[in-house]
Amino acid sequence: MVASPDIYDRLTEVFHDVFDDADIVLSPQLTADDVDGWDSLTHIRLVLSVQKEFGVTFSSGEVTQLKNVGDLADLIAKKRDVQAHA
Amino acid sequence: MAKTLYSELAWLPRPAAMFSEACKAALLPEDGIGRRLRALAGQALDSNQLTKLARVIALARTKGSSLAPLVPFRLGVVSNSTTDFLVPALVATAARHGIALECIAAAYDQVIQEALAPDSTINRAKPDAVLIALDHRGLPFRPAPGDRDAADRVVDGVVAHLDAIRQGFRTNCNAISIVQTIARPPEQLFGSLDAGMAGTLDHMIQTANRRIADGVAAGKDLLVDVARVAETVGLAHWHDLTQWNLAKLPFCDAMVPLYADHVCRVIAAAKGKSRRCLVLDLDNTLWGGVIGDDGLEGIKLAQGDAVGEGFLSVQRFALALRERGVVLAVSSKNNDEVARLPFQKHPEMVLREEHLAVFQANWNDKASNILAIAEELKLGLESFVLLDDNPVERDLVRKMLPDVAVPELPEDPALYARTLAAAGYFEAVTFSDEDRKRAAFYQDNARRLALQKQAGDIDGYLASLEMEITFQPFDATGRARIAQLISKSNQFNLTTRRYTEAQVEEMARDPSRWTLQVRLADKLGDNGMICVVICRKEAAVWEVDTWLMSCRVLGRRVEQMVLREMLDHARREGAARLVGVYRPTERNKLVEKHYEQLGFVLARTEADGATVWHLDVASASVPAAPMAVRRLGFGAAETAAGLAA
Repeated sequence: MVASPDIYDRLTEVFHDVFDDADIVLSPQLTADDVDGWDSLTHIRLVLSVQKEFGVTFSSGEVTQLKNVGDLADLIAKKRDVQAHA
Repeated sequence: MAKTLYSELAWLPRPAAMFSEACKAALLPEDGIGRRLRALAGQALDSNQLTKLARVIALARTKGSSLAPLVPFRLGVVSNSTTDFLVPALVATAARHGIALECIAAAYDQVIQEALAPDSTINRAKPDAVLIALDHRGLPFRPAPGDRDAADRVVDGVVAHLDAIRQGFRTNCNAISIVQTIARPPEQLFGSLDAGMAGTLDHMIQTANRRIADGVAAGKDLLVDVARVAETVGLAHWHDLTQWNLAKLPFCDAMVPLYADHVCRVIAAAKGKSRRCLVLDLDNTLWGGVIGDDGLEGIKLAQGDAVGEGFLSVQRFALALRERGVVLAVSSKNNDEVARLPFQKHPEMVLREEHLAVFQANWNDKASNILAIAEELKLGLESFVLLDDNPVERDLVRKMLPDVAVPELPEDPALYARTLAAAGYFEAVTFSDEDRKRAAFYQDNARRLALQKQAGDIDGYLASLEMEITFQPFDATGRARIAQLISKSNQFNLTTRRYTEAQVEEMARDPSRWTLQVRLADKLGDNGMICVVICRKEAAVWEVDTWLMSCRVLGRRVEQMVLREMLDHARREGAARLVGVYRPTERNKLVEKHYEQLGFVLARTEADGATVWHLDVASASVPAAPMAVRRLGFGAAETAAGLAA
């Protein structure tokens, strides 16, 4: 389940919106350590914004297992795939 | 709109594009920051947008800029849940209600400690009020199903806990408390039995909420009925277990903007910033249809009539507001006598002239009329709400008078009253005899005021509407609507000649007639066909047999554009003169001066009062109005001749 470029594009918009920074560039290895202001609260805001943007819901378990942007993009792809075949 | 009316604050306009940029731009120039912040907050903002706006407000504070005319208010916030997302939402939303809010948040889950320790964060900050954001998980509820005595003690304990917190802040920093009622979780223990069984969480929360509300009413603290807000959107939508488990968020993040609005309404009401006067449009707001065209028999207002009931509910709600001290006024684009007819003579009207302090029915713009009402009632523009079904009128008033609240309305009039109520413009924290009598104080003699001044640059506003006018000759597609306008129009109708659809079809084919159907669209929507013209061509003279227009588009200079089009065609066909005739009726006094205002010269007045006007085609010059022109169906020869716009 590889996340498509379309997911990365929309995910980039979400990051720009949440961090109020249009210069952020996403890569699968990007983690909270790499971005200024990405603390636990911003992380929650990010998760909520992603859910809203992609129309998906994550369980607590899924959220706590995310280690980098790649994990997040893959999770979105998986959710959308499941929804498409539901 | 019905399902998301509350959660998406549907009465507020959607944010304009580039919201983030607009927030940052609000800081300069120094003068007027408060006004610009209030305007930004006046849109329906989500959590992220509220956070951005709050950041800008904080920046303005750090720089020491004045946030006037926003009124300062310092709010402590204590909670058993995470408040980090609530605080920016409260700060940004407060600007919507005219308040410059500063929040002092205590550390997570430090509630009783903050209240009782004299040197706590909150007590040292000495705020004006403290928001006690406790939910059922932060209060000592212990289930005791079926055990009434134990249940009573539990509820006593919950109420005592809250009272101790309130007393603590009162003693230690002299702050009032803003107390919340408790939202029940959707889960029940037995099912329907919970409602009647003491000791279930359901029953105990209901009992506690009754005691909390009564207790607050008896003192100086304030109440935010969170239980009610939660029930209005639905407990299943309010509570979010995953968000609680992940980050101890008290309720679904999507509900934060609504919650913040309710808290800020109460604060604003306490500071005297609730609205006080409701200005009502008439046509299609208080009744279905247009009184000037449909007459008393034609407007929709009957009880039991599916459409009429919606409008009746608006009237009933307006009357109920008046009973509790809100002043009512009317502002309508109508002839004054005609507009008063339903109030005087229609048996189903709930509102009567005696309920209205001011009655403005004229052909001037609403912004100027509201200004006049404000001056007469000696109320600031911040006290006003305008209820109007027409998006163009709403937009005009928002732009010309930004302090006036103008709710967005849904398509369905049945929801107008609910939308107005949902907006909470008239939130109150007290109700006294003085309030009850306030309407009478304004002497509801439905008086009519002369307009002293214009509200601003109306032409500039018209240009910003991006209007597009479409001219076509009569055709098969437009025929039914043309015939309908011809048979229904009474006010803006120069000769009131009635033709059947068959006659309309004949005229379309008749070479001795020039016909015109006119459509108008703007960036807010499409008004459809709004004008019909028929000219009789006789040698060098074109006589206007029919000229009618929908009153909905008055004041937008459509008449001038129509005349320009008429002149263009007349010129090319070699006509030397246009002749216009005004045949007075009971209903069309509005257009008595129509030809005069367009530059025609009076040729004669006839015995029956009709006036005949002449315009010399060669020398006539009509300035263009700010709108794009489209032409369809006039034939290749004419379009090729390059008609000037």
